[in-house]
Amino acid sequence: MSAFFTKSMARNIFYGGTLFSVLLFLALTFHTTWTLPQRDHRENLTPEVVRGKHLWETRNCVGCHTILGEGAYFAPELGNVYPRRGAEFIKIWIKYRPREGVPGRRSMPQFDFTDPQLDDIVAFLKWTSEVNTEKWPPNIKG
Amino acid sequence: MQLQYKSQAVAKPYFIAAIGLFVGQILFGLILGLQYVVGDFLFPAIPFNIARMVHTNLLIVWLLFGFMGASYYLVPEETETELHSPWLAHLMFWIFLVAGALTIVGYLMVPYATLADMTGNNILATMGREFLEQPLPTKLGIVVVALAFLYNIGMTILKGRKTALSMILLIGLIGLAVLFLFAFYNPSNLVKDKYFWWWVVHLWVEGVWELIMAAILGFVLLKITGVDREVIEKWLYVIIAMALVSGLIGTGHHYYWIGAPGYWQWWGGIFSALEPLPFFAMTVFCFNMVNRRRRQHPNKAATLWALGTGVMAFLGAGLWGFLHTLAPVNYYTHGTQITAAHGHLAFFGAYVMVVLTIISYAMPMLRGREANPERAQVLEMWSFWLMTVSMVFITLFLTGAGILQVWLQRVIPDPQEFMTVQEQLHIFYWLRWMAGVVFFIGLMVYLYSFFAKDKPETVEVGGVQPAAT
Repeated sequence: MSAFFTKSMARNIFYGGTLFSVLLFLALTFHTTWTLPQRDHRENLTPEVVRGKHLWETRNCVGCHTILGEGAYFAPELGNVYPRRGAEFIKIWIKYRPREGVPGRRSMPQFDFTDPQLDDIVAFLKWTSEVNTEKWPPNIKG
Repeated sequence: MQLQYKSQAVAKPYFIAAIGLFVGQILFGLILGLQYVVGDFLFPAIPFNIARMVHTNLLIVWLLFGFMGASYYLVPEETETELHSPWLAHLMFWIFLVAGALTIVGYLMVPYATLADMTGNNILATMGREFLEQPLPTKLGIVVVALAFLYNIGMTILKGRKTALSMILLIGLIGLAVLFLFAFYNPSNLVKDKYFWWWVVHLWVEGVWELIMAAILGFVLLKITGVDREVIEKWLYVIIAMALVSGLIGTGHHYYWIGAPGYWQWWGGIFSALEPLPFFAMTVFCFNMVNRRRRQHPNKAATLWALGTGVMAFLGAGLWGFLHTLAPVNYYTHGTQITAAHGHLAFFGAYVMVVLTIISYAMPMLRGREANPERAQVLEMWSFWLMTVSMVFITLFLTGAGILQVWLQRVIPDPQEFMTVQEQLHIFYWLRWMAGVVFFIGLMVYLYSFFAKDKPETVEVGGVQPAAT
């Protein structure tokens, strides 16, 4: 970089560029927050869904699974598991995980959930599957 | 040889802790890699999710130790004054180390749900989100340590010389602390939760951390090349301007499929496609400065780490990020092993390597010499190549796994189930695990290099004893 491009010019580009980007990002965030209710269907955030998310978090499900593509890549995507498997399959699957795992295979822990807790988890997964995700994932397999 | 400022010595325990936690991180990485192929390995004692949490949290904590150590080392030299309070820096070191250790012990000894109950997650639920799994007291501890650290560094800069380099570091550190506050915001609406979760995760690693990285790299290059400060600081401003202009709106590349409006595919795609630019500038910067060096610094290992950071950060963060950042590609690759491949090379190439660069430069000084003995440097350079090349292979194998996964699970007309696909990827996972073992060997060589002395025969024998008269 030659002499006509000085350090103070570079500094001004940094401060100006950063300020502009922060403001643009905040404006886009504001607009996103504005339009989000139509996309996340928050009117369906029932107490069951809220409790389900809490169970999802306190069992660290995201440490193995992805949800809407985010999380760990060790176990299946669960953002669309509700339409893929249905409520009954999900509950039975979680309920009957062998405590000592499945020999040689990736194993999910036995969390000892009660039946109402299983209903909460299903409610959370159902709500998640109804979020407008721009048609992601590409197919039902996740 | 003595330190220019006595208080720089507080950096030493930070660097030692960083390296210790790094070893722990890699051990858990090896456990995880094995669990990918031997599914029930260590189950149910250490399930995958627990091991992963330990692996990623240790990484974050040791990089933070590295950043803090780097700051305590370089700020007194930059500001030409002693650190405001070495005592506070020592106290915070122990608080952070104990809090970190207790958190890891908690993860391993107590079921996660019980840990959440014990630590007040019912008062303010913040746990169970990727990378932010820490219990509430740990999160509060991080805030306390970060504030005390910022106070200490800020007061030092305030009373001393204000260089562009130290200001860039300070802006990065303030950004780090402020953005972490979003870790306490956890709405029950998953979409909003995800949207602002990225304000910690993305705006850290693709935003303010790049400022910290640029400052550390700039400092080391300034010292080892003797190039004019004006030139180096001009480069730094250009690099960080590109980093924030591309990276802030670039956050949008995480907003494609999580419920946010579709326009993010354009905003996120275009701006994040520019994110390789600051990393490319860093590569050019490193080589340019080393080529224009005005002195031959005896610490060749530190020079190698600095150049390596420039190259690997560009490959991992720049190139591997660009590969899957455009929405039409990301539609197929989102949440697959492609993401894992990028994550590994980006974190290693940018942040692991920049911390190892400053450790390589500063640790000999902290131990009272300008550079390590020849043999120690040779070993350190061996560890550089072992770790770097094995990480490249880890990335290539995960990329191979990712391409096949995308093809079988998302592209072909009759897509297969997740686990059916995973079983066909075993060869890639085994190769990745073997590359991981080589990485661990490299890390052991690295540790050993700190204790290596020159063999007696390589000591110069020029000195002649004056004859006794």
